Parts: sequence; structure tokens; C-alpha cells
Amino acid sequence: MPPVSGEDPMTVTSMPAVTPAATPRSEFLSGARDQLPLLLGVVPFGLIFGALAVAAGIPAWEALGFSVFVFAGSSQFVAIGLVAGQTPALLIVATILVVNLRHMLYSAALAPHVQALSLRWKIPLAWLLTDEAFAMASLRYQKEDRRTAHWYFLGTGLTLWASWQLSTLAGILLGARIPESWSLDFALPLTFLAILVPQLRDRPSIASALVAGGLSVALIAMPLKLGLMAAIIGGVAAGALLEVLTRQHAAEPEPRR
Amino acid sequence: MTRPELWLVILGGALATFAIRLSFIALIPPDRLPGSLRRGLRLVPPAVLSAIILPGLLAPAGHLALSLDNDRLWAGLLATLVAWRTRSTWLTIVVGMLALWGLGLV
Repeated sequence: MPPVSGEDPMTVTSMPAVTPAATPRSEFLSGARDQLPLLLGVVPFGLIFGALAVAAGIPAWEALGFSVFVFAGSSQFVAIGLVAGQTPALLIVATILVVNLRHMLYSAALAPHVQALSLRWKIPLAWLLTDEAFAMASLRYQKEDRRTAHWYFLGTGLTLWASWQLSTLAGILLGARIPESWSLDFALPLTFLAILVPQLRDRPSIASALVAGGLSVALIAMPLKLGLMAAIIGGVAAGALLEVLTRQHAAEPEPRR
Repeated sequence: MTRPELWLVILGGALATFAIRLSFIALIPPDRLPGSLRRGLRLVPPAVLSAIILPGLLAPAGHLALSLDNDRLWAGLLATLVAWRTRSTWLTIVVGMLALWGLGLV
């Protein structure tokens, strides 16, 4: 490196000389590579989804259609559970919307980073914005030199998308061979349990789950499965109320002795 | 459910999900998300999952069945314990399914 007189200290500290310049290709590939460990968790879910969709009586093309178009794991599981329970179509769509509302947070978090991109970029990136893609993309955006980071986002998102399709397809082919007497449909609530339990981290989240679950059982006889929506709203309201009360309590000064 | 209805669910669900993901990236300025909404969204997944799981365990045939011969209830309780202790999706499913099959044989 030639000696530079009066070099800017900022440039020196923020750009390590050993890092090769990132190209779109290298960014895309490192995004894809960084997604690989996450596939350990995603591929089994895709397999289970495909198998359960078939067990719920959904034809193969429609089962694959969920993964291709909706492309949002937990909401797909919820949807096939509701399809199996003869829930009206529009109510299922509403439930998918509610389950995926959390992606709005991801959208808000990444928005400042992709603001300068054209709609031609924003549309595919938004399409690929899953939990896993968000995890890797937001890590990437914390690093230096973000000019080519959208290629990383694309690489990580497309890797996940392709894996989700292939594992769903494998699950569909596998699921069609499993006899009904195995009660494979029970794997669906078990999958939900495994997703739910780690989310019960504090009192508001526990209250939300307990109230929603209790209401859902109590309102089981409501027509059109409307009890489900009422239960979700009730649970979130209970959790939010508890959170507000806890925060107010914490905000009050300790009494002096 | 008929196939056209299924496609309504798929395409409707896809559109809803895409609109959410696109929301702040292309539709709404990102500073418009109030903090209370941000905190509330965190509570949605536990509510949805629990509201879907519990009727299947407590009332598998459509009416409340808190009895010893409700295999799904006991298998589900065991699976909850496994999920809590291990945090493993696979182990939760395997233990829950084995419990259901085991109870079915008793």
C-alpha cells in the first residue's frame, strides 16, 4: 500500500485492508452460505408441512401452492389446520394475516436500508422477507460497506425460498404414503407446541397464550370458528394490559424506609 | 373445502402476507409504527398458537373432554413438558406421537 499523507483516520479504522472488495456475486454467495445453518431448522419444517398438508386432505398442487405463494411457515401450518377444520376461506385468510403481522416489524427494521433501491428490488426483497431472511439480512446491515448488501439479502432469501419448496415437495411425496391410522394430524398441534413454548418468556406472553387458549376452548361452539378470532384478540388484549400495568408499577418510585 | 376455495385461501393469504412484508419497505414511511403496536405484535404469536392448540387437546371431538381416556390431552401435556425442557421441535413431535400411539394401545 503506498503511503498516503494526511489520511483520514475514519477510513483507516472502518475499512480493514485485508477485506477484498465485495461484488454482487460474492455478496449473493455469502448470503446463500450464511443461510445454510438455518436450513437445519427449516427443511424439517418443510417436510412436516408437506406431509401434514396431505394428511389434512389438501391436494398436492395446492399444498405446494401454499409454500410457493404464501411462503410463511407458521401461518401455513395454521392455515392447513383450519382447512382441515372446515373453516370458511375468508376467515383463514384473516388468520394468515394476523399470524404474519409480525413481519411488519421486519419491514420497518429493514426499510431504512433498502430505501434507496428501486421498486424492482424492493418487491422481490419484500417477498423473501421471512424470519430467517430477516435474521441474516439484519446482521449483514450491521456491518460496514452496505452498498452491495441487497445482493446478500437476495442470496440469503432465495436460498431459503428454494429450500422451502424442495422440502415441501419431499414432504408431500412422503406424506402421501403414510396411512391415516398413524394419526399424523396430531403432529400439527405438537409442532405448534414446540413453537409456542419457547415464546412464553414473560408474564404478558404467558397471559396472552393462557387467555387466548381458554377463550378458544370456551367459544368452541361459536359459528364459523369466529371464536378463534375472538380468542386471539382477547389473549393479546390481556397480555398487553398486563404489560401496561407492570410498566406502570415499575415506573412508580420505591417507597423510602 | 373445494379446490377453488383452497386457491382463494392460498392467493388471499399470499397477498395479505406480501402486503405486510412490503408495508414499511415500500408503502408506509418507517417512522409511522407506534411503540405500543410494536409491543403488542410480540403477543400475537403466543395467542394464535395457543388458541389453535388447546381445543384440539381439551376437546378433540368438539366438546370438552377432561378425562383419562382423552389420549390427545395426556400426550399433549407430556409434549409440552418436553418442549419446555428441551426446546427441541423434533423431540417434542417424536415424544408426543409415541405417547399418543402408546396410550392408544393401553
